[in-house]
Order: sequence, then C-alpha cells, then structure tokens
Amino acid sequence: MLSRHVRFRFDEARDCHVLLAPERVIMPDPIAVAILERCDGVASVGSIADDLAAHYAAPRAAVLADCLEMLNDLAAKGMIAS
Amino acid sequence: MLMELTHRCPLKCPYCSNPLALDRARDELDTATWKRVISEAAAIGTLQGHFSGGEPMVRDDLAELVGHARAEGLYTNLITSAVLLTASRMTELAQAGLDHVQISFQGADAEVADPIAGLRNAHAKKIAAAKLVREAGLALTVNAVVHRRNLHQLPAMIELAVEAGAQRIEVAHVQYYGWALKNRAALIPTRAQLDEATIIVEAARTRLNGILTIDYVVPDYYASRPKACMGGWARRFFNITPSGKMLPCHAAETLPGLRFERVTDRSVGEIWADSPAFEVYRGTAWMAPPCQGCPRAEIDWGGCRCQALALTGDAAATDPACGLSPNHALMAALAVAESTAAIDDFAYRMIS
Repeated sequence: MLSRHVRFRFDEARDCHVLLAPERVIMPDPIAVAILERCDGVASVGSIADDLAAHYAAPRAAVLADCLEMLNDLAAKGMIAS
Repeated sequence: MLMELTHRCPLKCPYCSNPLALDRARDELDTATWKRVISEAAAIGTLQGHFSGGEPMVRDDLAELVGHARAEGLYTNLITSAVLLTASRMTELAQAGLDHVQISFQGADAEVADPIAGLRNAHAKKIAAAKLVREAGLALTVNAVVHRRNLHQLPAMIELAVEAGAQRIEVAHVQYYGWALKNRAALIPTRAQLDEATIIVEAARTRLNGILTIDYVVPDYYASRPKACMGGWARRFFNITPSGKMLPCHAAETLPGLRFERVTDRSVGEIWADSPAFEVYRGTAWMAPPCQGCPRAEIDWGGCRCQALALTGDAAATDPACGLSPNHALMAALAVAESTAAIDDFAYRMIS
C-alpha cells in the first residue's frame, strides 16, 4: 500500500490523478493509475496483475512486469510501504 | 503554496530564508484570512500547502489551518524548528490531518548545532520532537542545512535521520539570499568540502536505498549550470508572507521596482493570473542573450532572478551560476575567496 505520507487523488483543476508526497507531485499515466487504484494494502502484486490482465484482456506476464517496475520505482522513492 | 504564517521564531539561524526586514506579529494575517487564502489556492489547483515561517508553531491557530487545508484537498506539510512541539500539540496536528513534518537540524550534536541556531538546548528538543512525530505515525523529513561550520558532521547528520526514523533527509547547501547572503563569508564551503559532501551523499544513497530518501541541493556558486529556481518564475510556486503579500519566490522582495499585491486586496487566483510582478519573468519572453534562444531556456528558466540581481546588479540578467553568463567567473572567484578566508562571525537573524 501507499506510505502514510503519500496521497493519491484526482485533481479537478488538471483533470488527472496525482500522487502527492513531500516536495513531490507525480502525475501517473493511465496504467499506473489502474495499478494504484488496486493498491489497497491487502491485494498482492500477483492478484493485482490477475485483476488487470482480466480487466484489460492483456497478457498476464506483461502486466505483472509493468506492475513490478512501477511499484519498485515507487518503493525506491519511499512511496510504497510493503 | 508556501505559507509563512509568521516571522516570529525562537531560533536565530544566520542563513534564514526570511527577508532581512521581518514582519511583526501585529501585521500577521488573521485565521479567517488564512482560511480564505487556502480555499482560493485550492480552487486554482494548488496541490500542496507548506506551513512555514518563522516558526509556524508560534501560531495558536496552526492545527485549525492544517485541518482547513486538508479539507480543501491540499497535501499538508509542516516546516518547523520543532523546539515548540509538545505531545499535546502533536496529537492536535495529527488529528487535524497533517500529512508530513519537516524538522530542521543545525548539526549532528548540541555542541555544533545550538550555537548555529542561537538557542540553548534546541538540538535536544528537536531529537525529542522527532520521536513525537514518529509516535504519532506521521512521516518525517530531516532538513539538514549544511555549510562550512557543520559539513564535517554530514555523515552523522545522515545517521541522525535514520535513527530518528525519518523517511527522507534534505541535505541542502545554504542558498545565498537574505540572511544567508549577509553571512555568506561565514558559511560558504570550499570546493573540496563540497566535493567531499557530494561523495558522502552518493555513497549514503546507495547504502540507504529504500530506507532513507536523500534529496541533495548543491550550492550553485560552484555550478556550471543554474538551478531552475522555483521551477521557473511564477510557474508552479508562490509564497504568502505573514502580512499577506503574495510572492513568486520567498526572496522576491529583494528585487527593486516590483510591487507585490496583497491577498487582502485581491484573490490568490487573480494575483496568480495577471499580477505584473508574476508576469514580469514568467516564461521566456523577458530573457536577453545568452538565455534568449538557449536550448536550456525552458529547462532552467534563466536560473534565479534574485541571485542575478545580487551578483550582477540586473535582475533580468542570466544567473551567473550559468557558465554562459559573462559574470560566471566573478561568482566562482567570490566563492573561492570567501571560502578560503578566515571564518567570519555570524550576523544572527533578528527583528531590528
């Protein structure tokens, strides 16, 4: 799940989702938004990939790779708590 | 949005980013006005609200303002010296929905830190306050402002951040405006000290990957390209002073000939949209060569206007931190001369 100091919300003024952290604003792309919306602190990366692969009728291996890449990147920034 | 709620502060740091002419308590905006400012900022798409000062905790209405900002959807950050942080105020702020706390440290121990802060027992209070922040479950950033009097403690300051349970440390070399410009000769490190600090930061980043995020701000007196000051003038940042002036950067009042409007006269959205002081250096049209036509014009936005003024006498000149500036050699020479001279005494921050 997202770290306690990170907030993920929709911004009306920019008409897009934003990830807010200290001194940082990230505007995630639609794929990242779909992943982040499923980060509820319960779902595993595997189950998120299952869900996304089914929802978008996409190959699971590619979806899982996308998930891992994005989540590892956020973890390195301290924005994800395991 | 940076909200300087007050210029009052128990510390006297000689590199304070506040202007030399400090606002007095009687001139501060009241609670209702700050709430209106926060709502107006949220309405134009402001994403983050940084509560700063001075020391923002001297305001009794801090938690009320944090709660209001949170209700308006802003990411709320408290930038504090933390010497006034008690358990009850921490609880009050956490309940108001505060997202994040930044505590400044002046060194790694009281012996070095307290004389820089100009306040006895400040360091011990900060260590205790950091614990309160973590116990309240809030995220913590350690702000470590570094200069020639404390750079030898940089490794220990990074350790302090880890031990305090911080997720992030900002290692920021002093930027020379306001009080810091006045104290530049007492603060500026040598090139060798800077290079050593950079090596220490790089090594710590590798070692602490996933444990501590390290943001690093270098002193641009030794740079070859300028920083994109404020991300470009009036592009993504504004500051409200204690008495309600709206500024494109916190040092902007040093620039002559600009009139900064007050949020008590016009709304945040109106000032942001068309105030002449915001328009004057917005974008690239104002630039002269070598900035005009430079492929980096929209990367660094000409660097810093206040620094250009302070060092060249012309606020519209290319920031002398840029190697293409005709004044670049002068800036480097200043840094070498001052950093290798005997250390000056500090002129401590105070209301005159």
